[in-house]
Amino acid sequence: MKNVFKGNLTGVFVPLIAILFGFVAGAVIMLVSGNNPITAYGALISGIFGTPYDFGETLQRMTPLIFSGLAVAFAFRTGLLNIGVEGQLIVGWFTSVLVGIAIEAPMIIHLPLALLAGALAGALWGFVPGILKARFQVHEVIVTIMMNYIAMHVVNHFIRNYMIESGQRTAFVNDSASLSSEFLTNITNFSRLHWGFLVAVIACVIMWFILWKTKKGFELRSVGYNKHASSYAGMSVNMNIILSMSVSGAFAGVGGAMLGLGTYNYANILPSFTNYGFDGIAVALLGSSTSIGIFLSAFLFGGLKQGANNMQSQAGVAPELVEIIIALIIFFVASSYLIRWIYSRFQSKKEGK
Amino acid sequence: MDLILPILYTIVPAALIAATPLLLTAMGGLFSERSGVVNIGLEGLMVMGAFGGIIGTLFFDSLGFGAASAWMGILVAIVLGALFSLFHAVASITLRADQIVSGVALNFLAVGLTVYIVREVFDKGQTDTISSGARLFRINVPFLSEIPIIGPMLFSRVYATTYIAFLIAIVVWYVVFKTPFGLRLRSVGEHPMAADTMGINVNRMRYIGVMLSGAFAGSGGAVYAITTAGNFAGGTIVGQGFMALAALIFGKWHPFGAMGAAIFFGFAQALSISAQQIPGLANVPQVYMLILPYVLTILALAGFVGKAEPPKALNQPYEKGSR
Repeated sequence: MKNVFKGNLTGVFVPLIAILFGFVAGAVIMLVSGNNPITAYGALISGIFGTPYDFGETLQRMTPLIFSGLAVAFAFRTGLLNIGVEGQLIVGWFTSVLVGIAIEAPMIIHLPLALLAGALAGALWGFVPGILKARFQVHEVIVTIMMNYIAMHVVNHFIRNYMIESGQRTAFVNDSASLSSEFLTNITNFSRLHWGFLVAVIACVIMWFILWKTKKGFELRSVGYNKHASSYAGMSVNMNIILSMSVSGAFAGVGGAMLGLGTYNYANILPSFTNYGFDGIAVALLGSSTSIGIFLSAFLFGGLKQGANNMQSQAGVAPELVEIIIALIIFFVASSYLIRWIYSRFQSKKEGK
Repeated sequence: MDLILPILYTIVPAALIAATPLLLTAMGGLFSERSGVVNIGLEGLMVMGAFGGIIGTLFFDSLGFGAASAWMGILVAIVLGALFSLFHAVASITLRADQIVSGVALNFLAVGLTVYIVREVFDKGQTDTISSGARLFRINVPFLSEIPIIGPMLFSRVYATTYIAFLIAIVVWYVVFKTPFGLRLRSVGEHPMAADTMGINVNRMRYIGVMLSGAFAGSGGAVYAITTAGNFAGGTIVGQGFMALAALIFGKWHPFGAMGAAIFFGFAQALSISAQQIPGLANVPQVYMLILPYVLTILALAGFVGKAEPPKALNQPYEKGSR
């Protein structure tokens, strides 16, 4: 297989065409079901940029998506597909809230500690499939899927039996561990935007730095490109696999902490998955596993999900349309063979003339 | 004994009923994965099947088909599942997309598409509940249910679909291991190039494998929705598809292995619901029963419960002429 990331032009070209195809397909579905796509997309866009509140909520929604995207991408760079971001995010969410509630400390210690706890929990949840892959050659995809369910049931068990405060949720985390910001809330007309957005931006830089500016990052990417060559060059493939899954899990865990310390300030019993982890696959794929790409596609998907509310209230289109568009974008990016084939045809025709 | 038997009389039928959709869906996964195509999309295919099953049942019931409408609904689900699986087939076979990513997309698409349609048609997040006249009923098998001990456990208050599912598993075993078609299917999943050399159309076999997985998973979803849920919403199928995948792997990609695993998972599910009534189990937290299938699958994969070896060419798109 040719590498998706080769050649800058096709690297940007494929995602853009996939997004275009996704929206066109969404429009067709709306036409078939008797809705007006122009009104609906208009409402969608104004649902993202229309008011400070909507824009703040969009940024709030993209924050955990950035982390889950980074998590998927980081593992992907080492040639691993981490479907377990969902579970890693759930344990990170829970653990950060646990530390946020149980400990009393000044903010300068408490907040980093709670974030770190989320990262460690996520890293542990990523370490298990990592070591199983390295030690027993078990495919990480199946293990991570199973770990997702274990995470959800175990966390629900702990919340239900030990931490329930009112209804389905735990108590609020202490103020000293909260990322909530009065300032950000005020300038965005009472959205739930919190300082976690800045943490996410920093995380993008961190991933870029680790992967492209350190020796370890070179090793990780090298293992992703060619295991055998890396092994021959004296790198430990197994160690890199374990490390990659753990770091990936840590990113996901901090993503969970964004929900636990920022958006909600509590953890609750989950009736089903949050889907942030699965959306992370879409984010990473569309962003070609680069920091900038992930930031932009997290914005796109966060915006779509936020704008869907307005699309429903103003244009009467079910918000699930957005899910369909996202799924189709993943299909088109994954089937980039098709897009590149069309593109190369187009190119060779041009050259022929 | 007097204490245990009545409990077994409720738990065993419940376990078999819970195992039925898992078994059907796992059989679907078997066809796809034996042909070399990973199918993470089983969950989505089940969602499609649940949707098709309920919509079909409601539709045929409204036409006055009565008790037959549930069966018609299952038929609709089978067709819908097979058609919907074409997304996965085209992307991962013809367009050589990553099979896992394509499967993930399939899961998203299924939920999005079905809930979107349900909202358009019913103006709410879920369908109407199918009427009691159109439902499948729990039956007592004549004669066999009279047998002491075994009768009340295995042949009383069970849906006909459960027996059909077990029969199907036997048929699948025969087809996959005793017919030329099955040999071709397996050879395509183990060594596609050798199969190609022998004149087998690799991609066609894989298309058949994936579409069969869609049909079976569709029926599994429909059976679950019609017998257990009664209506369709976005949350009707939550994880059964992945559990079926787990059963397939735990069963080492073999129909009977998957059957055993499905029954086992069915028991875990039934126990997690009714463990409170069982002396000795009442104090065991429910969470252990809930995570048991997943933990066991991981252990099985790691080789602690017998090594599970996937088909060799799983997850590899076939390109003619490549080495």
